[in-house]
Amino acid sequence: MSKLKIYVPRDAAALAVDAEKVAEAVFAEAKIREIEVELIRNGSRGMLWLEPMVEVEKDGVRHAFGPVTPHDVEALFDADWGKHALALGPTEEIDWMKRQTRLTFARVGVIDPLSLDAYEAHGGLKGLRRALGMTGTEMIDEMKESGLRGRGGAGFPTGIKWDTVRLAPASQKYIVANADEGDSGTFADRMLMEGDPFSLIEGMAIAGICVGATKGYIYLRSEYPEAIHTMNEAIRIARARGVLGASVLGSDFAYDMEVRVGAGAYVCGEETSLLNSLEGKRGVVRAKPPLPAIEGFLGKPTVVNNIISLGTVPVIFEKGAAHYRDFGLGRSRGTIPIQIAGNVKFGGLFETAFGTSLGALVDEIGGGTATGRPVKAVQVGGPLGAYFPRSKFDTPFGYEEFDGQGGLIGHAGVVVFDDTADMLGMARFAMEFCAVESCGKCTPCRIGAVRGVETVDRIARGDASAIPLLTDLCDTMKDGSLCALGGFTPYPVMSALTHFPDDFHANAKEAAE
Amino acid sequence: MPTPPAPVDLEARLGAILADHATFEGPLLPILHAVQAEWGYVPQEALPIIAEGLNISRAEVHGVVSFYHDFREEPAGRHMVKICRAEACQARGGHGVEAAAKARLGVDWHGTTADGGVTLEPVYCLGLCATGPAAMIDGRVVARVDEKRLETLLTEVGA
Repeated sequence: MSKLKIYVPRDAAALAVDAEKVAEAVFAEAKIREIEVELIRNGSRGMLWLEPMVEVEKDGVRHAFGPVTPHDVEALFDADWGKHALALGPTEEIDWMKRQTRLTFARVGVIDPLSLDAYEAHGGLKGLRRALGMTGTEMIDEMKESGLRGRGGAGFPTGIKWDTVRLAPASQKYIVANADEGDSGTFADRMLMEGDPFSLIEGMAIAGICVGATKGYIYLRSEYPEAIHTMNEAIRIARARGVLGASVLGSDFAYDMEVRVGAGAYVCGEETSLLNSLEGKRGVVRAKPPLPAIEGFLGKPTVVNNIISLGTVPVIFEKGAAHYRDFGLGRSRGTIPIQIAGNVKFGGLFETAFGTSLGALVDEIGGGTATGRPVKAVQVGGPLGAYFPRSKFDTPFGYEEFDGQGGLIGHAGVVVFDDTADMLGMARFAMEFCAVESCGKCTPCRIGAVRGVETVDRIARGDASAIPLLTDLCDTMKDGSLCALGGFTPYPVMSALTHFPDDFHANAKEAAE
Repeated sequence: MPTPPAPVDLEARLGAILADHATFEGPLLPILHAVQAEWGYVPQEALPIIAEGLNISRAEVHGVVSFYHDFREEPAGRHMVKICRAEACQARGGHGVEAAAKARLGVDWHGTTADGGVTLEPVYCLGLCATGPAAMIDGRVVARVDEKRLETLLTEVGA
C-alpha cells in the first residue's frame, strides 16, 4: 500500500498557532495505527484563518482540514480523513482559492519549499533556462513588456531599473533583494520566502545574468526567523545543485548570493537606508541622486528590488511577458498578492489581477470583521498608508487608482478595523511610530514626528486649535522629508483626520460644554 | 545579573568572530549579531576590538550598535518577550495583550522583571497580521494571543 501523504504547513503563521504540535500528533498517531505516512511540510496556502490547515492526498486530490489542533488528530484518523467537522473539501475547490489567479504564489503551499525537484516539477527553473538563451537586451525587453512594477510600493518599472544597472559600466554589480518587510499588515515576502524560496533565488539569478551582477544579497529582517532559516537552506541546496555558483546551470554565467539579517530598524526597508545597513553602517537614508542603480552597494551599480518583484520574474520568463501583462488594470499590469489582515473574518494571502475593488476585498473575500461589528476603516499600504472609509470602497486596486484617492497600495497590505477603532489614537500611533523609527537624518521627520505626537495629544485634550497646526505639520513633513517615512506618515494622519473628524472633535465638544 | 565576560574570553572569542567574517562585504552587522548571540548583548569592552579589527573608529561602531533596536548594550532578562504593537495587531485587540503583559510582569516596555527573568520589548510587525495579536518568545513566534494564552506563555517562561 502506498504511503498516505499528509501536508502540515511550516509557514510561520502556522507554526505560531501550533502547527509543529499538529505535525508531531500526526506522526505519533500514524505510528500507533501502523499507517505509513509521508509527512510533507509545505508553505501555507494563505487561508490563515484556517491555520494550522492540514491537507491529505486522496486519489491524487488534496483535501483540506482546518483549523486543526493536536487534539483533533486522533478523531481525524478515526474518520479516515474523510467526513469530519473540520473537513473543507478539496483544497483547490475552496471558493477562496478558486477566486484567485496565482502566478507569483503558484507553488506556495503546494510543494515542499526545500525540494528542488518539486520546484522543477512545478515549472521552476524553466524561466532561468530560457533567460540563459537570451541576450541582455532581449531580457530587458521581456521585463519591460511584462509591465512589472516595483511591488515594494513605489511602483517603478522593474525593467527600466534593470536596464539602468545593465548599462552602467562597472567591475562589480549587485542584486539586492529587499526583504525588510516591516509594514504592518504585510506578510507576502515572508510567505514566499518560507513557501517557495527557490523562486526568489531563480528571480535574482535571472536579474544577475541580465544586468551582469555576480553577487546578490537578501536583506532579511530579524523578525522573520523561519524565513531566514528556509532561505539559508534553499541557497545551500541551490549551490550544491549548480543553480548558484561559478557556472549557473552549467552556463558561462556566475551568480551567487547570501542572506543578511537586519536588526529591527523599520527605515531599512527604504532602499538607500538598506544599502547603508548592508554596508555595516547606521541605516540612515541617502540623498538621491545618485540612484542605487548607478551607485548602490559599496558604490557599485545595484538592482534593489522587492521580494515579490524578484519572485515574479521566473513566471514572467516561464510563461512569457504577454501572459503576465494580460492580467491587470490600466498601468497596473499582472497580479498582486494582496494581504488581508487585521480585524477580518477571512484573513490571508489573496493573489489576483489588479482591479478588484477595495470593498470586494474587505466584504466579499475578507468576509467583514472577525468581531462581526461594522467595518470602520481600512488601512492600505502599511503604517504609511491612508485609512479608507467605507465611502471609498469602490476604489479599484491599482497604483494610480489609489494615488488618485489620496492613498497608496504600498506592499498591498489591507488592514481592517471595526467601529471600536479610535482614529485619533491611530493618527497618534502613526506619529509615534515615525518618531521611534526615524533615522534622524532630516528634520521634518526627526522633529516633526515628535511634535506630531504632542499635537495629537493637544487635540485629544480638547484643544481644537491644534487641528490646523497638525495639518500644517503634515504638509511640512510631506514636502520636506527625505524619504517615505517622514513623507508618507501624513497619509494615515491626514486620512484619519479628514474621513473620521468626529474622533478628533469629540473631546473638543466635551471641553466646550 | 550576568557578569561581563572575562577580558581573556572576550578577546579570544571576539577574535574568532572577526576571523569568521574576514571575507564579508559590509561585515559589521553580521559581527554584531554574532556577538549578541554569544553574550546576549554587545559588551562595551567589545567595541574597541571590533573597531580595530575593521579599521573604523570606536564611535562608528557605537553609532551602529545604538542605531538598531535589536542590539542591546546591556544584558536582557533570561527570557525575551516581544509583543507586536503594529496596526494589524491593534485591530485585533493588541492593546489588551500589551496592557496585560505589562501588568502581569510589572514592567513597562524595555523593562526587565525584578528577578531578571523576563524582558518585555515592543516589536513592530512579525508578519502574522491575519492571526494577531502576535508575539515572539525567545525567538519563537506565537499568534492568536489573547490574555489567556499570554498567561500560559508567561507561565511557561517562569514569570
